Amino acid sequence: MRTKIRVALAFVIAVILFVLFYRFTQQYNFAVLEPQGTIASEERRLIFATVLLSLVIVLPVFALTIYIAWTYRQGNTKAKYSPHWDHNSKLEFAWWAVPIVIITVLATITWQYTHALDPYRPLVSSKKPLTVQVVALQWQWLFIYPDQKIASTNLMEIPVGRPINLQITSDAPMNSIWIPQLSGQIYAMSGMTTKLHINANHPGVYKGSSANLSGEGFANMKFNVVAVKDSDFNKWVKTASSSKSTLDFNKYTALAKPTLDTKVTVYSKVEPGLYDQVIMKYMSPASSDQGYSMEGMNHAR
Amino acid sequence: MLGKLTLDALKHDEIVMFGVFTMVGAGVLAIILLTYFKKWKWLWKEWITSLDPKKIGVMYILVALLMLFKGIFDTGLLRVQQATSVGSSQGILSADHFQQVFSAHGTIMIFFVAMGLMFGLINLVVPLQIGARDVAFPFLNSISFWLFFAGMMLVNISLAIGEFSAAGWLAYPPLSELAYSPGVGVDYWIWSLQIAGIGSLLSGVNFITTILRMRCPGMKLMRMPLFCWSVLGSMTLVVFAFPILTVTLALLALDRTFGMHFFTSTFGGNPMMYVNLIWAWGHPEVYILILPAFGVFSEIVATFSKKRLFGYKYMVYAIIAITILSYLVWLHHFFTMGAGSNVNSFFGIMTMIIAIPTGVKVFNWLFTMYRGRVWFATPMLWFLGFVFTFTIGGVTGVLMAVPPIDFQLHNSLFLVAHFHNMVIGGVVFGYLAALTYWFPKFFGFRLNETLGKYSFWFWIFGFAFAFLPLYALGIMGATRRLNHYDASQGWQQLFIVAAFGVLLIMIGIGFMVLQYIVSIIQRKKNIDNTGDPWDARNLEWSTASPVPFYNFAKTPIVRGRNAWWEMKQSKIRFDAPIEYDKIVLPKNTPFGFYIGMLALFFGFAVIWHILWLVIVCFLAIISLIVIRSNNDDTEYVVPGKVIEKIEKANRFKAQAS
Repeated sequence: MRTKIRVALAFVIAVILFVLFYRFTQQYNFAVLEPQGTIASEERRLIFATVLLSLVIVLPVFALTIYIAWTYRQGNTKAKYSPHWDHNSKLEFAWWAVPIVIITVLATITWQYTHALDPYRPLVSSKKPLTVQVVALQWQWLFIYPDQKIASTNLMEIPVGRPINLQITSDAPMNSIWIPQLSGQIYAMSGMTTKLHINANHPGVYKGSSANLSGEGFANMKFNVVAVKDSDFNKWVKTASSSKSTLDFNKYTALAKPTLDTKVTVYSKVEPGLYDQVIMKYMSPASSDQGYSMEGMNHAR
Repeated sequence: MLGKLTLDALKHDEIVMFGVFTMVGAGVLAIILLTYFKKWKWLWKEWITSLDPKKIGVMYILVALLMLFKGIFDTGLLRVQQATSVGSSQGILSADHFQQVFSAHGTIMIFFVAMGLMFGLINLVVPLQIGARDVAFPFLNSISFWLFFAGMMLVNISLAIGEFSAAGWLAYPPLSELAYSPGVGVDYWIWSLQIAGIGSLLSGVNFITTILRMRCPGMKLMRMPLFCWSVLGSMTLVVFAFPILTVTLALLALDRTFGMHFFTSTFGGNPMMYVNLIWAWGHPEVYILILPAFGVFSEIVATFSKKRLFGYKYMVYAIIAITILSYLVWLHHFFTMGAGSNVNSFFGIMTMIIAIPTGVKVFNWLFTMYRGRVWFATPMLWFLGFVFTFTIGGVTGVLMAVPPIDFQLHNSLFLVAHFHNMVIGGVVFGYLAALTYWFPKFFGFRLNETLGKYSFWFWIFGFAFAFLPLYALGIMGATRRLNHYDASQGWQQLFIVAAFGVLLIMIGIGFMVLQYIVSIIQRKKNIDNTGDPWDARNLEWSTASPVPFYNFAKTPIVRGRNAWWEMKQSKIRFDAPIEYDKIVLPKNTPFGFYIGMLALFFGFAVIWHILWLVIVCFLAIISLIVIRSNNDDTEYVVPGKVIEKIEKANRFKAQAS
């Protein structure tokens, strides 16, 4: 009787938790499962496929565990007891073979999708791609539009439907740029470029952040990706081009100083080749050892 | 004179001061108690200078449990911070302090809790299971423990003097380089791991030799208990992986101490090299911890099912396969660093392949229970908890082994939930089960079952509440290590649920402590005179409980697997030897303790740039090793008469019960 009450109680609690969780999911954004770009959509498909394949093994394991544990409990003296039975070729073959088959299927999928969804692979589209150069700073993001000669901090405006080619570097410790509704992440590292190819299929505001610990202001490294129609994007470019703030290498150096006070600023007249200069800072032996990056720091040498 | 060390190093906020006072207070209390009860000599003779692996094992486990309390306190801070630091509220910790706490949490839990429990159990159980009286190199064993102790002390000293690393538990450069972390925190991290790591490496050498060379007659490799096999796999990994850690930390230390450029982002340094190296150690490290836990479950499932372990041969092959494969997967920790699709696919597929031998092990355990008589004592409950949590962790692990999926889940709280699923559900559950299982062997009485079961249920529900929300949060786009987030994200409710889960786990740990206290008080009630309270199967249960200091009066002779079970079947157990031979054992020595303490001062001196102390400690360590190596008088003889007396008393106890 007590067992029955306990089981009933556990069931009721489970139902309540499920309902609460369901209501919760309706209220908030499960970014990875609500993709708005081609890459993120494919990634979601892959997640579901992999989970389903895994369940082929996991559900039987759970069922078997409960069944065996219950049937062969000590108190059940009616159950068969064979203390010396420790080997059965057919069974053992089965539990080597079934996982091998499943992993083979999954490995094939993995190989194909890893190549198809390679972040370095440009998206196929009839529209002309837009290049955006991303610099991770301490502790904010700078987005440079080299062809438009504009730039913005902590805001990336993009046209819906057009492929976006991101070139990513860091003028700070290692960061990782992640916009879950558009695509997976890639590291941002100083002195080199990593690439990400994304697009947005619908207008909207998508959250982005840094996924890799980069120091004191790391939690603050958030930005919005604003996806708008082509015409609205062109308007934004025009407004940006007439911004009073301009950006050359000297102004950039001031901007790159560590700060916790991040805001959205739009720059016009961005110095051509600025992004390359940021990378080359780490290449030239004559450069000071990131002396600008920490004020008042004593380099022990 | 004192290098960089000034009085500023002692300034802290209230939370740290609370921690410092608690630890100093506990230390002072211990000193007062030891003095009051006049136990100093006992402590020195019976424990600190002891070379008995049983004593060393108990000391490892004590240190690990103390560190578990420290680690879980850190967890509490992290959870409170993330549950409260929303929108305009900044929570209880500053960003820098929060980052120090999670760095310390990871470091302590892996290096000083999981590793400590593992080496403790290995010390206690392996010599007994292979029918040996000692490990291959008893003095080396003592050095290993005291280096582990020194590393642990350094982490804790950082709380009081200076600061700890804020660069995460693996301290990726360039963040961990001088340019971005100019303080002493990362140095504390480097040197505590370096010192403890060398201890682990020495232990690896020691136990491989012990298992290969010290087995009793008839104990062929394919007759060894599976725990010994898993330890052999794990120690092989230690011997090949820990040198990588030592070198990597040494290079990072050169960067930081002498301004070199191995891993800086300037002057041709390459942080990506560090990331590769640290994971070439770090991934095998995960398997170093989990393999012995697998071994523990193999022992427990067979014992409590009263049945031979199913598929012994394939269990051994699975261990060997996992040992080898675990070297071929390190890159899956950084698919997102920009390697090509061929490289990423290769490492993704290798990672999935590990799921095959692991799955086979689970099936073999289940079929060990099949047609058995399963006794659901506490260790068996931990096993069932393990099957469920570990399998869920396995699924999320396979998910993240697919590179395109990893791009979405990497560095998110989904990842955090995944590896806690593996480390808590696998490693911690395994070692807690092992503590309950082998406790009576070394203390002569069983632990209270009721309180043990309470502890289990709080752990398992606490685990679900603490980590299932983290999976959801990861999918919502929450990255790890955030000291603050916007209210509009809608993450707070889930963080509060996770904090509640940690509270449940804390209650579970509380019940565990209560279980030990109550069991010690009621030790008469749960006394074990037989030496074999669980009706178990392997040699460790053939001696009396607590195990006599010489382990076996007569070296056992083994005729098959499940040696002790078969002896019981054939009643060989009661053949008392006619004559007892003398036994040669290693003498106590304080040299291991001295070397450990000198290593502690050495590490402290390097961290604070106290040059003279570095030189003094270094020379002293070398001299001690030379002096000890030239000492030939390191063993003593126990006469047969003494052994006969102890054995007769134990036999009388067993027959009386």
